[in-house]
Amino acid sequence: MSANGDEAFKVVPVRHVGQWIGMVVLALFIAMFVHTLFSKIPSGARVCHRVSGRYVCHAQFKWRFGWNVIFHYFTNGEILRGLVVTLELTALAMIAGIVLGIIVAIMRLSHNRLMSGVAWTYTWAFRGTPVYVQLLLWSFIAFLYPSFAIGIPFTHVYLFHFNSNNVFIPFTAAVVALGLNEGAYFSEIVRSGIIAVDEGQSEAAISLGMTRGQTLRLVVLPQAMRVIIPPTGNEVISMLKTTSLVVVAGVVELLGAVTNIYGETYQIMPMLLLASLWYLIVSTVLSIGQFYVERHFSRGALRTAPPTPIQRMRRDLRGIASKYRTKRGVQVGVGS
Amino acid sequence: MTQAMVEAIGVHKSYAGVEVLKGVNLTVARGEVTCLIGPSGSGKSTLLRCINHLEKHDAGELLVDGELVGYELRGDKLYELNDRRICHERSQIGMVFQRFNLFQNLNVLENITVGPIKVKDINEEQAKKFARELLVRVGLEGKERNYPTQLSGGQQQRVAIARALAMEPKLMLFDEPTSALDPELVGEVLDVMKDLARSGMTMIVVTHEMGFAKEVADTVYFLDQGVIEESGDPKTVLTSPSSPRLQSFLSKVL
Repeated sequence: MSANGDEAFKVVPVRHVGQWIGMVVLALFIAMFVHTLFSKIPSGARVCHRVSGRYVCHAQFKWRFGWNVIFHYFTNGEILRGLVVTLELTALAMIAGIVLGIIVAIMRLSHNRLMSGVAWTYTWAFRGTPVYVQLLLWSFIAFLYPSFAIGIPFTHVYLFHFNSNNVFIPFTAAVVALGLNEGAYFSEIVRSGIIAVDEGQSEAAISLGMTRGQTLRLVVLPQAMRVIIPPTGNEVISMLKTTSLVVVAGVVELLGAVTNIYGETYQIMPMLLLASLWYLIVSTVLSIGQFYVERHFSRGALRTAPPTPIQRMRRDLRGIASKYRTKRGVQVGVGS
Repeated sequence: MTQAMVEAIGVHKSYAGVEVLKGVNLTVARGEVTCLIGPSGSGKSTLLRCINHLEKHDAGELLVDGELVGYELRGDKLYELNDRRICHERSQIGMVFQRFNLFQNLNVLENITVGPIKVKDINEEQAKKFARELLVRVGLEGKERNYPTQLSGGQQQRVAIARALAMEPKLMLFDEPTSALDPELVGEVLDVMKDLARSGMTMIVVTHEMGFAKEVADTVYFLDQGVIEESGDPKTVLTSPSSPRLQSFLSKVL
């Protein structure tokens, strides 16, 4: 466009002054933080050298974040053993929680009052008390039930009989406590997933002659999965961190190993950072897994599955390459 | 003796105190196409759902293929059927829904084969072979691997018909099969249904497609407020109705 035929208007873009100031301030803060990451501070000790017959002393410096300590203990045997326990606890408690959650959700949606009542009460009790308290309760369960037996109720005829203290060793108590707690939360996730599936789906299944079990297994649950998976990823990552509470039950997992080590070395901050790093690494791996599981269950719900990060990267690269090609083509065209 | 496929005698049904069916009498002979017409809320769909056990009727007798729906008469007592028997009876009745209700998690071929494989215990190869034949019949060969969301409404409804036919039903129920379709897609579904009627399938069709009723139906029933107001052969019922309710209904629909 032009005003008088040969001279074009100059376009003045809107100036976002506030945004620019905000960015500068934020960049400054980031720079300051990054600097602290790699800066050194006085360790409190002094070192002295003998320089031409005289002692010259100066303060000793150390990494503020104790990188050398973190690096030294990162793959320490005790830490790795703790990490394995953390992973085992997470996996077992989640498996228990998922199985329980599915059963309880189905019970909750049952038309049978006793079934739904039991399911409701379970969720009420285990969601309504702190997991920390539950961990303690299960590790001291022998005070309430010194022994367990399988036999005829209200008689002394037993098939199996075992002592609570032998069964509820810290690790099992932790798995039971975390699993039961998770089951209460997970049942609500499953229930919301089942409710989210259109009623027409189960009507169609039933009208084909499927039993209620088949309808649930072949039609409703696979579709509920799409709703269930994202919060499940959330729960797994949450469980990974909740396992750090089992220290109270006497289980030595990642955090337990870390506290054991800093109890001896007094390197508290570096060791806590080390634990945080490990938790971050595992939760990152879990998030990546979640992406692919979600993608799998989106089948049928979306017309096309969302691209994986690798596919997206390839597409972007192709886009850049083709842009480059057309640009060159245009240039050649202009030149000739 | 040629027994009727469906026989309803004084069928009642209420939902939370509201009486939807107030004593419906209806007879559907084998190989016949019956159309149920009437305003919404008249109880057409409810009657269809009672025939398929999706709802339990409260009073009256409902017989499918000479057997009581949901009950068994032994001596002078009616025994309620257990779930297994009800499932078996349902598996012999095909149902097509207004909103298709194809299984979203399964592709077209799996939608059609899941019933025969899981309910009738037919082996997978045989079920797939039959499913492909049915897809040809409804004009959807080559769509086997598509998921329902990738199909148009008309295509989905044709798959739904194939899914019901895969169970080799003795009776097909259609609950407003074209009401959720774009006008230009209605024809392709009606064509499949006409073809099915010609093949001798017993069909009960709840519909607002008066042209279809006139062309294909052997009998038309007009339901209004839970009772059959008028019934008979389509030409008489649809062109020279005697009931004033039907006259006013037709004047609005046609």
